[in-house]
Amino acid sequence: MPILVGRQTRVIVQGITGNQGSFHTRLMSEYGTRVVAGVTPGKGGTRVSGIPVFDTVASALEAGDADASVVFVPAAFAKEAAMEAIDSGLNPVVMITEGIPSRDAMVVMAYAKENGTTIVGPNTPGVITPGETKLGIMPGNAFSPGKVAVVSRSGTLTYEISASLTHEGIGQSTCLGIGGDPITGLNFVDVLKMIREDPHTDSVVLIGEIGGSAEEDAARYIRETRFPKPVAAYIAGRAAPPGKRMGHAGAIITGSEGTAAAKIESLTEAGVRVAEVPSDLVKLTREQVPQLRQ
Amino acid sequence: MKLFEYEAKSLARNLGIPTPKGGVASSPDEAKDIHKRMGGEVVVKAQVLVAGRAKAGGVKFASKPDETRDRASEILGLAIKGEKVKKVLVEQKVPAKKEIFLSIVQDRANKCQTVLASDQGGIDIEQVAKEHPEKIVRQRLDPIFGMRSFDARSVALKLGYAGQQLLSLADLLSNLYRLSVIYDGELVESNPVIETQEGRFTTADLRLIIDDNSLFRHPEFQERSREPSSEVTPLESKARERGLAFVELEGNIGIIGNGAGLVMATIDLVKQYGGNPANFCDVGGGANADQVATALEIVQSSERVRLVLINILAGITRCDEVAKGIVEVKKVVGLRKPLVIRMVGTNQEEGRSILHSEGISVLDGMDEAGKQAVLGGAG
Repeated sequence: MPILVGRQTRVIVQGITGNQGSFHTRLMSEYGTRVVAGVTPGKGGTRVSGIPVFDTVASALEAGDADASVVFVPAAFAKEAAMEAIDSGLNPVVMITEGIPSRDAMVVMAYAKENGTTIVGPNTPGVITPGETKLGIMPGNAFSPGKVAVVSRSGTLTYEISASLTHEGIGQSTCLGIGGDPITGLNFVDVLKMIREDPHTDSVVLIGEIGGSAEEDAARYIRETRFPKPVAAYIAGRAAPPGKRMGHAGAIITGSEGTAAAKIESLTEAGVRVAEVPSDLVKLTREQVPQLRQ
Repeated sequence: MKLFEYEAKSLARNLGIPTPKGGVASSPDEAKDIHKRMGGEVVVKAQVLVAGRAKAGGVKFASKPDETRDRASEILGLAIKGEKVKKVLVEQKVPAKKEIFLSIVQDRANKCQTVLASDQGGIDIEQVAKEHPEKIVRQRLDPIFGMRSFDARSVALKLGYAGQQLLSLADLLSNLYRLSVIYDGELVESNPVIETQEGRFTTADLRLIIDDNSLFRHPEFQERSREPSSEVTPLESKARERGLAFVELEGNIGIIGNGAGLVMATIDLVKQYGGNPANFCDVGGGANADQVATALEIVQSSERVRLVLINILAGITRCDEVAKGIVEVKKVVGLRKPLVIRMVGTNQEEGRSILHSEGISVLDGMDEAGKQAVLGGAG
């Protein structure tokens, strides 16, 4: 299986009875994801799309084994939901929830680190291994199996770019959203480390945006470790004014920090080819991977 | 959400954090009365949410109540970085032996809170940080354990204090940390904490920014607007009241899309092709017809806007809902500006046929839509 999740991954959906949780449980199952159980406190014994619902993660695991969790629990309760998944050894834990307080996210990330658990998100579309499984809310038809890994801070922009790649016959090994919040579990560097060792991935598309320093950190990692696979990137928010939050909680230029220009410069210095417009990523990827040249 | 200094200080005092004696005034006469009651020398400080007030003339000293009235009158007439001064804080002037900088910030890269501290506090702290980074003490805080007493002592020690002073500065820092925990502080910062001639410490200034995502835990602040009025345009506040992520820009091409990244990319694309975007407007994931209609109404209501570009990549969002929203606007208030619509994804055919039957055309590609919008917007 490519990085993190594959056909065999058995998934628990936390918050399965909510609007988002039940809707996406159905779509995930239709895509081929092995959703084996759901958890909603107080709704144990019911079913959603035929999937049994439990009151706790532990009781779900007593009824049948599982590997990973997808969290749709509302922001106010998401911290404890994630900790419950971590306690039960589920890994990875994909946190779809948007609007989680930063302090709560910090606690989750620290607890996950102690337990060796990988957290994807929060505020992420999730992770998909095209043709095998998806743990998240991305539209399955935008993706197709192949050897390009897409890693991104944005949801719809990931679909936009993956759909263009798919349309041009370039499939993907993994597409993963690290999340649009200031505090996330996996960051670009963590994902690049996994991709480095992944025999299913030939090249990388990195989609960043303004705010924070995750892109600069990725550039430093690529440069300093002589990252062996070609990387093409796009950074959203070139025209964004400083001090304004552009939708995502994490997308804000503070002082002179987090600008698109700084990110593009460090990526370019690291040998990453940066696209001017999203659709150019198709061309850049084709140029970078000999097998994809027409 | 940013709090005013006087608000942050009142919360701080409840936790036993020492602050100079003082009071808030909305008029020069009130300021004068406060001084009369306190006596001594005072400092009159503009209560604004933007940083950098001292350099903008928003902080003045006075030794007599009449002088305080005059200084307050000057300051109350100011606009600092566009923010009108409506209140001043009149506080006892505390002669400083030393000015210390103490800050507890959200450290994105390390996924924790970090204390930044310096014994070279004051209005030039940013310059100190830039030119002498070694003068800034950094102490990361474990998110699970929080700030332990020895973390605080370690900072006080590195700032050069010993004995009783070390203990009392550590105590003050621990209390600032408690303030950040109780109120979910994205930032708690005192610049300066004054070391008095007698060797005691007091927080002469205090900033508190509450994490917007935590406001559900702080009902006392939920009622007020999250941003100072000077930093939000009327159109922005109208859009945000109605649930849209909206930022006004300078140009004339209105932009609507779903997903923050896609909308940012659409803005960049328009710029790339030589156009000038008028706004950022994200209808969010899974938007229904009403939300789309609201977005279009607000964007087209701006006089600057000559054309509206709608870029929808439907995943959870459905094209038929988007189309219904556009048609709703057409029927209720009318389409006031030319539209360029790019719409693909979930329920694409349903959505397109709804628009086509109203004589509205739809494009497939984002690049194409961007180019067309720039052509139309320039006309």
